[in-house]
Amino acid sequence: MTVKIKVDQLIKVFGKHPEKALRMLEKGAAKDEILKKTKQGVGIANVSFDVQDGEILVVMGLSGSGKSTLVRCINRLIEPTRGRVYVDGQEITTLSPKELRMVRQQKFGMVFQNFALFPHRTVVQNTEYGLEIKGVDKSERHRKALEALELVGLNGWENSYPSQLSGGMQQRVGLARALALDPDILLMDEAFSALDPLIRRDMQDELLNLQKRVRKTIVFISHDLDEALKLGDRIILMKDGEIVQVGTAEEILTSPATDYVAKFVEDVDISKVLTAETIMSKSKAVGYLNHDGPRSALRKMRQADISNLFIVNHDNALQGIIYAEDASAALKNNGKDLTHLIRKDVRTVGPDAPANDLFELIKDISYPLAVVSDERKLKGVIVKGRLLSALAQGGSYS
Amino acid sequence: MNIIIPKIPIGKGVEAVIDFLVYHLSGMTKALSDITETGIDALIDLMLFVPPWVLIVAISLGAWAATKKKGIGFFCLIGFFLIHNMGLWETTVSTLALVCIATLVTIMTGIPLGILAAMNSVVYKITMPVLDFMQTMPAFVYLIPAIPFFGLGKVAAIFSTVIFAMPPSIRLTCLGIKQVPVELVEAADSFGSNRWQKLVKLQIPIATPTIMAGVNQAIMLALSMVVIASMIGAKGLGGEVWKAIQRLQPGKGFEAGLGIVIVAIALDRIMQKIGKGTSAS
Repeated sequence: MTVKIKVDQLIKVFGKHPEKALRMLEKGAAKDEILKKTKQGVGIANVSFDVQDGEILVVMGLSGSGKSTLVRCINRLIEPTRGRVYVDGQEITTLSPKELRMVRQQKFGMVFQNFALFPHRTVVQNTEYGLEIKGVDKSERHRKALEALELVGLNGWENSYPSQLSGGMQQRVGLARALALDPDILLMDEAFSALDPLIRRDMQDELLNLQKRVRKTIVFISHDLDEALKLGDRIILMKDGEIVQVGTAEEILTSPATDYVAKFVEDVDISKVLTAETIMSKSKAVGYLNHDGPRSALRKMRQADISNLFIVNHDNALQGIIYAEDASAALKNNGKDLTHLIRKDVRTVGPDAPANDLFELIKDISYPLAVVSDERKLKGVIVKGRLLSALAQGGSYS
Repeated sequence: MNIIIPKIPIGKGVEAVIDFLVYHLSGMTKALSDITETGIDALIDLMLFVPPWVLIVAISLGAWAATKKKGIGFFCLIGFFLIHNMGLWETTVSTLALVCIATLVTIMTGIPLGILAAMNSVVYKITMPVLDFMQTMPAFVYLIPAIPFFGLGKVAAIFSTVIFAMPPSIRLTCLGIKQVPVELVEAADSFGSNRWQKLVKLQIPIATPTIMAGVNQAIMLALSMVVIASMIGAKGLGGEVWKAIQRLQPGKGFEAGLGIVIVAIALDRIMQKIGKGTSAS
């Protein structure tokens, strides 16, 4: 993975005389204190992070935490007071206005909270806007705009005006408008916050689907923790203009860096966020096809204190399971081969399956639930006790 | 009081400035005025050369085509016929010509100034108090300096009319552009639009209804000022009213006043429809 966006020591002070505020910041003064003494508002303070190519990074925080300011500093809709932003190694913060416009045309697509569609333009004209600015000729930009609209499922609506569309559809236009330019980076500022919960969830799913196809680098601003956990490959939590924690959904839930984060995440239904992969443990023992016989299989079970054994081939692909009673019966009959003892109807689950769904799968089987990858490789196992304790302890297990 | 603080010579100062300007510039402005007056007269003569009923029908059809409303076309037809019937056709044509020219000059300076004021805070801070001044100063006062520069007649009338009618078009243009939601401007910026593209593709189209309200205001003010300007020889319908006042002829005064009302309503309705038309597309 390569670094797509690098944000280095970024500071934004709102006000006409930021110097004093900067000096106080260096000394470690708090936002409130600076505001009281200098009348300068600190938007973001010393924020540094990287965004990897092709990931969805969610910046989340409550209103006033500086997240919207941060995203606007990346494409300099808001001019940072100090610090640097790099995109593909190119420093954005020192570009001339003309160069900046070029970079915005080539690399950035932005989606806004209240859609920010141009009311005097039709859907397709809205979608064409960026291409028009870029100077793409008419038939070409029309074609690309229609493609983008198709991508977001809005074909047939191209000649309507934004006011004739529902909120969800309007935001699809917003998304299409950003995608039409085929930018590397999508900046999404609370893109779904103005939508009804149900439509919001649809749009989130759709964004994830879309991301599978187009693989953009997405910086997504949100104040909704559920949204952040759902969308974010990684999440940045902000408070008072500073980063409190950076990490994956699980990291933030399971090992909150500060009390603030812990308080923030305490209401989250942990079973929705924990996946099979996070709960599973390594199988205590496995048998190898064409290598283990009934005798060695039984010995492995005895040593591990278990009554059944998953059998894998040399590629670690799951073949099935054998039970201790079958193995000992075979041993009595002097059988040497495991193959016909293997029961193939093993219940398995993918690593991304949410913990919530695991209860159903695990409740009526006598062996552990096998977690397998797409190629059926055995990644780990989940036993009932482990599942219950993980869910019961919520964040503090591990 | 008179003993302690002497009278500050504001009036004398203004006169001195105007005298100075008149002495040095009036040759040029008078020449300009003569040329312009000839042009205006030529335009009026041309309009009068066409048989009245042809022009009336043409104006009515034009209004109908521009607004796509039959009612406005009919109103023009009947209204202008009535004016012709009252024997005010020539004066009305002269008034129409003056109003049109004054409005054109007003719009052509007012809208760009309004745009400039919206985009540049320094221009804004200078323009707004000047506009306050222009709007509150009684309109008659503008007539006085217009005479030495342009002489009695139509050009002086147009000059004072333009000054009187310009403020709303500047203000409303500026307001319209400033009212374009920040998020839309941000969106345009985020796609790398430059100032000109933002203005042409976003701000002006969205501000059009407000700008058109300013244009409408400019026309109405121009019409009312053209009447006042009859005092310095603008003639036209205003001149008829002025004559009626001096001769105490209420009937004549009413007829001329009615003519002005008809012209005002016709222009207002046409401009409003055009304004709404542009905002919907």
